[in-house]
Amino acid sequence: MWKTALFAAVAAASLTDGVASEAPSRQDVLWLDRVTYGPTTATVDRYLKLGRRRFLDEQLHPHNPQLPAEVAAELDALEISHSDGAHLLAYVSEQQQRINTLSDDVAKQNERKALNEKGNKLAYEAARREILRALYSPAQLQEQLTWFWLNHFNVFQYKANDPWLVGDYAERAIRPNALGHFRDLVLATLQHPAMLQYLDNAQNAAGHINENYARELMELHTLGVGSGYTQQDIQELARVLTGVGVNASGTAPRLKPEWQPLYRHQGAFEFNPARHDFGLKTVLGKPITGSGFDEVEQAVDLLVAQPACAQFVSRKLAVYFVSDDPPRALTDRMAKTFQKTHGDIAAVLETLFKSRELEASLGAKFKDPMHYVVSTLRLAYDGKPIVNTHPVVNWLNALGEPLFGRQTPDGFPLTENGWASSGQISRRFEIARAIGSGNDGLFEPEDGSRAVTTGFPELSSRLYFAAVEPYLSTNARTALARAASQLEWNTFLLASPDFNYR
Amino acid sequence: MKRRNFLRMMALATPGLTLAGRVFAAPPGAPRFLLVFLRGGYDCANVVVPYSSSYYYETRPNIAIPEPGGVGAIDGAVALDANWALAPILRASIAPLYAQRQALFIPFAGTEDLSRSHFETQDSIELGQPLQGSHDLRSGFLARLAAEVNGASPIAFTDSLPVCLRGAADIPNISLKGVGKPVFDSRQASILSDMYAGHHLQPEVQDGLELRQEVGRVMEEMKEASRDAITPKGFELEARRLGRLMRDQYRIGFIDVGGWDTHVNEGAAQGALANNMDSLGKGLAALSQELGGEWRNTVVAVVSEFGRTFRENGNKGTDHGHGSVYWLLGGSISGGRIAGEQVAVDRQNLFQDRDYPVLNEYRAILGGLFAALWGLSAEQLQRVFPGATPVDLKLV
Repeated sequence: MWKTALFAAVAAASLTDGVASEAPSRQDVLWLDRVTYGPTTATVDRYLKLGRRRFLDEQLHPHNPQLPAEVAAELDALEISHSDGAHLLAYVSEQQQRINTLSDDVAKQNERKALNEKGNKLAYEAARREILRALYSPAQLQEQLTWFWLNHFNVFQYKANDPWLVGDYAERAIRPNALGHFRDLVLATLQHPAMLQYLDNAQNAAGHINENYARELMELHTLGVGSGYTQQDIQELARVLTGVGVNASGTAPRLKPEWQPLYRHQGAFEFNPARHDFGLKTVLGKPITGSGFDEVEQAVDLLVAQPACAQFVSRKLAVYFVSDDPPRALTDRMAKTFQKTHGDIAAVLETLFKSRELEASLGAKFKDPMHYVVSTLRLAYDGKPIVNTHPVVNWLNALGEPLFGRQTPDGFPLTENGWASSGQISRRFEIARAIGSGNDGLFEPEDGSRAVTTGFPELSSRLYFAAVEPYLSTNARTALARAASQLEWNTFLLASPDFNYR
Repeated sequence: MKRRNFLRMMALATPGLTLAGRVFAAPPGAPRFLLVFLRGGYDCANVVVPYSSSYYYETRPNIAIPEPGGVGAIDGAVALDANWALAPILRASIAPLYAQRQALFIPFAGTEDLSRSHFETQDSIELGQPLQGSHDLRSGFLARLAAEVNGASPIAFTDSLPVCLRGAADIPNISLKGVGKPVFDSRQASILSDMYAGHHLQPEVQDGLELRQEVGRVMEEMKEASRDAITPKGFELEARRLGRLMRDQYRIGFIDVGGWDTHVNEGAAQGALANNMDSLGKGLAALSQELGGEWRNTVVAVVSEFGRTFRENGNKGTDHGHGSVYWLLGGSISGGRIAGEQVAVDRQNLFQDRDYPVLNEYRAILGGLFAALWGLSAEQLQRVFPGATPVDLKLV
């Protein structure tokens, strides 16, 4: 009963503040739950102001999105914001070489440990940046797409020197291209040392073929398994990719004069003609004559132009944004847009977000852990920026979806059956309780400089009454009415089916 | 609410769907199988030591384990037969099981996957599909086994569902590592559960909440039983909880143990590898006790993605190799022996002049084991391990 009285007071307050003269409908809220990581007061206001069409336009074509000043300052304080992958890789390689020459085993191990810790710190910074952007960037669709492509072109922070590179990978290879052209994404990931190390193309050279990356480039990145390419195509593509590798030191290799014009490098990426197989290749029935890195661009163009690629990428986007088994009619229309626009991701997404199929699917997509945690914090703290992202990293770990933590190149599952096992659900309920308790240090500076006690997050906020409360299911209402404390109330709300689907 | 009432409440909500409901699905005496995956590629040659091989001692000047009864016998290996001996760190845990014929070892075991990459090889083993051709990344061999076995009650004692238990069916998972008391009391659990009444996730919600209670109950029971004795730590604690849960509920289980990637300073009779082995051995011995009478129905297989280089490297460690040594433990296995195809351990028999060869392919030997345990037909085995030819090593 005390609960009801409190809500009534808050509700009355929200009616008098005048802004929400027009409330979002249930469909509006659910739609926002797909376009964004979950509505906040700011997103709801923006949506009501612009209307759906213009809101979507803004999300599809974000212009210089501004983070809140406190968050921008938090990002600016990161070491990865002031160094790029090439420099970090040069540094770590140099250190590793130096440590290898040490004769004292103990010193060696200690220094190795210190270097690894430094790498892990940088990878943590990269995760922190992703979390803060997901929470507070107004370009919410771009942020979801950044996560989506990081997962599609997965790299793993514990492979080789990748902890030093994952931040650069997200910021330079993925985010700028997240709503751009698919071809650019493929080429950006293909030329990034994080990917070249992760899928071993750095070791792929004429006479020492490593087809790991070539296989995944076809199977996981562009065409999809069973789309008609053969083992022979993989081997030929691997030959095309010979010499595409990493040069940590930045010193160009000594090359024969005729090879020098063919040498390419950008940051720590290099194409070394001395390691390249210049023989004739045939990929998907098309001949590719030996000419150097041009071959790679030709091959990528060829892959991206395949109808199978348009279908594969469209379907995966639809699985992420629409449903675990999206209607074929929708994915066909998306694929058509993909082919017509030569892989313009924003155009493909416009087809998706303006579809009847999306409208019909609202509210039925199970949130993966990233969506769950981010949307929870967006509801719980609305626009108030958190200070400490360690708890968020821990929750994502506990829920099994750490940023840069997927070991296998297939990426995390995007469907409900990957996340709704019994163990995962009970874990999620426990995380719901942890977040609902507010007793988690989200507002304590990461340097431990001061302890900050926060009370329960105020879930019954204006946002709650505008966007959540009116549309709660009977089951959720019944559970909330049975709550014996604020903590229980918070927990039940965050554990409800209403809140676990978008 | 007492647990019994809690269970009854759960059972009433969805008859036949609760964990408790599954207990009766398999007849008493039906087999239980636990797969223990050592992630990282454990150095088998320093655990099951080929002590009759002079080449072993020649090529491991810093890390070899002294032969049984030899000089410095205190650190000497425990002879298993005329050629093989167990690392002395396992003297008190695994050696007694071997003596009681409840343990056996299969050298030269593994996969034909030659990537020597941890994750690729772990994955390909857990998928259990033919190496050639494309793979269904959502179908693991233990999940396929569970689909063939009546009342399998599969479970993973891991944070997320491992690749080998991926599949169409809902398979519960819970990590027993650092798991605290249940977070929800039964009133809260029933409110949470009611919230999913009529929802398609209701079975998972109930399973999850109940499993968590069940683990809490097991932990409480074990705490009471131990009185003031020193509480086991690490893997032993995990293994004891696991044993209790397997004894009461589950027939196909999975757990993984990491930390085996010993490129640097792996040690010999003592050291990094020995420490990790010590905790594994103690855990498995504890598991056998915790299972009580069910130990006689239980088979535990210990596998790893690959072996390591036969020679030690420049850092007193070993690098990624090929053939491994698999273990089998269980109350009723034909233990106390070295099983499978064998060759002499010398230089000319090394694979690519660096590693143990694989003479006992894992799908063949596990397929043969499953056939013997559950009486699976050839067609069923083909569904578990497509394209494999099971070999019956008379392991059980």
